[in-house]
Amino acid sequence: MSDIKVRAKLEGNETVVKCLMNHPMETGLRKDSKTNELVPAHFIQEVICKWKDQVVLTAAWSGGVSKNPYLSFKFIGGAVGDPVEVSWKDNKGESQTETSQIA
Amino acid sequence: MIDATRRILLKGSLAAGSVGVAVAAGLLTPRLVLAEWNAAAFESKDVSAALKGLLGSDAMETNDAVVVKAPDIAENGAVVPVTVETTLSDISYIAIIASGNATPLVASFALGAAAMPFVSTRIKMGKTADVVAVVKQGDKLFSNAKNVKVTIGGCGG
Repeated sequence: MSDIKVRAKLEGNETVVKCLMNHPMETGLRKDSKTNELVPAHFIQEVICKWKDQVVLTAAWSGGVSKNPYLSFKFIGGAVGDPVEVSWKDNKGESQTETSQIA
Repeated sequence: MIDATRRILLKGSLAAGSVGVAVAAGLLTPRLVLAEWNAAAFESKDVSAALKGLLGSDAMETNDAVVVKAPDIAENGAVVPVTVETTLSDISYIAIIASGNATPLVASFALGAAAMPFVSTRIKMGKTADVVAVVKQGDKLFSNAKNVKVTIGGCGG
C-alpha cells in the first residue's frame, strides 16, 4: 500500500488537491541526540502531480519541508471522476505513486 | 597506427574507470548525478545565489499581489504551515524561502498550464525569520514576505 494520501475535490471550476506523504524528511544536518552522530539526509526531492496525462505541478524540495509532508494545490478543468496522480522521488532513489479520483 | 588506437582506448577506459572509482569512494554522491534536482540552488547558503540558480535571476520586486499566509508565531519550527497565493496571472514558478535557514531555499513549484497560482505546504524553520515567496511571471520575479516568530527551532541541533 502506498503511503501517500491524495484527496481531490471539485469546488466550482477549481479542483483542490490535498496530499499527505509519509516520509522522514531528514536534512542531513540533524544530530541524533543519543549517538551524537549526524542523521544521513533522506528527503523527497521531487513531487509530480498529474491530472489525467497532464502534469499540473512539479515540486522540487529540500530537506526544509516538514516531516510527513503536506502539499495542497489547485487546478482548473477537472471533472468528477478524473484521475489525479501524485508521485514522489527521494534522494535515495526511492519513489511512490498514488492515484485518486476527483470527488 | 594500431598502437595509437590502442593507446586511445586505454586512455578512455582509464578515464571511465576513475569516474567509477570516484563514485564508489563517495566522492561523487549520487545526488549530484540527479539531473532534475537543482542541487546548487537547494544547497546554496544565501538567498540570492539560490534564486539565481533556480530561476536565473535574483532581481525581484515586492508585490502585494503575492500573498504569503503563515502564522505570526510558530511554537514549533519543525512544522510551519505556509500558503502562497497570488492574483497575478501566467505564473510559471513559485518558490518558498525561509530566509533564516542554513539552506534558505525550501521548495520550488513549477506550475503546469492548468494549475492555479496556489500552493500550500509545511516547512521547517530554524529561527525567527521572514518566509519569502517568489513567483515568476514571464521573466520577471515578484515576491512578498511574512515574518514568522519561531519559539522552538525545527532544524535539529
